[in-house]
Amino acid sequence: MSSVDLLPALLVVVPILMATVPIALGLRYDRTGWAVTLATTIALFAGTVYLATRVYGASGSNLEVAVIHQLGGFPRPMGIELVADTLSTMIALLVTGTALGLLAYTRVGGPRGNTFYSGYLLLVGGLLGLTMTGDVFNMFVFLEIVGLGTYALISSGDGPESAVAALKYLIIGTVGASIYLIGVGFLFMATGTLNMIDLAATVPTLEGQNLQLARAAFAFIFIGFAIKVAQWPLHSWQPDAYQHAPDGVTPLIAALVSTVSAYALARLMFTVFGADFIASTPYATELVVTVGAVSVVAGSVLAVIQTDVKRMLAYSSVSQFGLIVAAYGLLTETALVGALIHLVGHGLMKAGLFIAVGVVALGYGARTVDEYAGLASSRPFAAGSMAVLLITLVGIPPSIGFIGKWYIAVGAIEAQAWTVAGVIFLSTMLTLAYVARLLEKMYFTPSSALELPHGRGRDHDHDPDHGAGTPVTDGGHSTGTRQVTVGMLGVLVVTAVLAVALGFAGDVFFELLAPFVESADLEVSA
Amino acid sequence: MIELLGTHYAYALMFVLLGIGLYMTIASENLVKKLIGVNLFQTAIFLFFVAVAYVEGGGSPVVPADPDPGSSELLLASPLPHVIVLTAIVVGIALTAVGLALIVRIHSEYGTLREDTLREVRADE
Repeated sequence: MSSVDLLPALLVVVPILMATVPIALGLRYDRTGWAVTLATTIALFAGTVYLATRVYGASGSNLEVAVIHQLGGFPRPMGIELVADTLSTMIALLVTGTALGLLAYTRVGGPRGNTFYSGYLLLVGGLLGLTMTGDVFNMFVFLEIVGLGTYALISSGDGPESAVAALKYLIIGTVGASIYLIGVGFLFMATGTLNMIDLAATVPTLEGQNLQLARAAFAFIFIGFAIKVAQWPLHSWQPDAYQHAPDGVTPLIAALVSTVSAYALARLMFTVFGADFIASTPYATELVVTVGAVSVVAGSVLAVIQTDVKRMLAYSSVSQFGLIVAAYGLLTETALVGALIHLVGHGLMKAGLFIAVGVVALGYGARTVDEYAGLASSRPFAAGSMAVLLITLVGIPPSIGFIGKWYIAVGAIEAQAWTVAGVIFLSTMLTLAYVARLLEKMYFTPSSALELPHGRGRDHDHDPDHGAGTPVTDGGHSTGTRQVTVGMLGVLVVTAVLAVALGFAGDVFFELLAPFVESADLEVSA
Repeated sequence: MIELLGTHYAYALMFVLLGIGLYMTIASENLVKKLIGVNLFQTAIFLFFVAVAYVEGGGSPVVPADPDPGSSELLLASPLPHVIVLTAIVVGIALTAVGLALIVRIHSEYGTLREDTLREVRADE
């Protein structure tokens, strides 16, 4: 076993073990959590980058380039594996990168305290485990670790509202994970194995009663993940959870938790069950596409009528994940790559947007769409980055939001799924509706003291420094420790630039994901 | 049909328990009872896994100290589902603990455990 084979295990174990350090040090020192977390996430990010150079540097089929760690040295049918293939490495990069970037926000703005950072590290460890696990039962365990971390972080908000939102998420999320566990049970009955690579070899050979069991397993697994990915009508936990979580936590859970769940669904659909199995199951593709398409429309419509910005962006997530799930159901190569690009892109955009919401709430006290009036003149950096990310969300080229949607649309047309193509068009219009509302408020509505809480708005109008000064003095009138820092704005601007720059990287994504997509054995586009 | 139920009663029981658990989770207004419903739902799944692994006349998969030299066959129950259930029970306990902690927080803030009262209290704010 060479040293790189250890990396997948270290990436999972190190954050979970390090999660105990802030609490232990907290007995003696007050504020060590941030430093410990920063050191750990830098190490994790460096490890993932090194892993990525190995995985993407090698050539061959998906299993040949993958870095596989066999826990305890037990080989495949018996042992448990951690697999970093081309797809999971990409998601691991997103997870560690976002976790690292977000620390710039939580340094000053987020919920502080050592227990918060313990939860943070636990969540990152769980997410990396969920990304790289090669065992369907271990996926359940990591799903629950991610769940536990998320519930704890959501409830770390100041108000009691966050506890109610966390309990709602806990009950719905546990039922979702349990339904997935039933699916695992059926799959085990049908095949007698839990390893994904073994399952992928066994599932196509199933016949008779075992085939029926595997189909039941697919149904349970899909419903379980439909809850975790927040598909309509099982999405009701998500807006509450996103809205009531502390500002420093929402970017993490919005960008990562549902994204990694959606990745896990892709892993199960395309690696474990395989495209042939899903295509041969009656009504399976139709149902997956319908659930996704209905989520797109329902999420967008609900987002348009929201007044709270965080809630609006939460409903927008329902719609974007609907697009991804619908693209899974199309079962074409182009649509799958589009869905995976959109998965990464959406994670990036939502992380940036929720950081922007946090920055605005910190420095400006604004939470509803109306309160965003005149933001552009008093907070040019925050408003500018937010505007770029919002436009990216609509899917205007060049941006990562555009190429994701573009490939999904092309895949829909190739699969002759005209409804999906129409839904993408309709949802883009609806996205533009709620994005334009916010842009109009930020750039074209003058701020008035009445619309701003705490009456701070007046000062911005004759502030000589605004726009020209350093980002620290960028309209920062709030007193106390909770101020908008250079780090926050820096992360925000970097995210916005990245969201645009990756818009030119469509071919790169195609190339990097090629081994995985080939292993999924899909219909090749004409 | 009756015969099938007679031999597969554990599966039937699992789905009955699953239904009761889900109904409690959805219909009960009391938050603690909701959590008990979730627990019941999970326990039904544990029962399902145990039933899958059951082998008529099978022993535990521990190699006997003094194996009977006469019989060449050793009938064993699969240990894997049992291990899975053990892990899932641990996960379930952790979730219940977190859920109860959240309920304690909600009760100390709002002074109620009932969801309908909670909705009224929150609507007033």
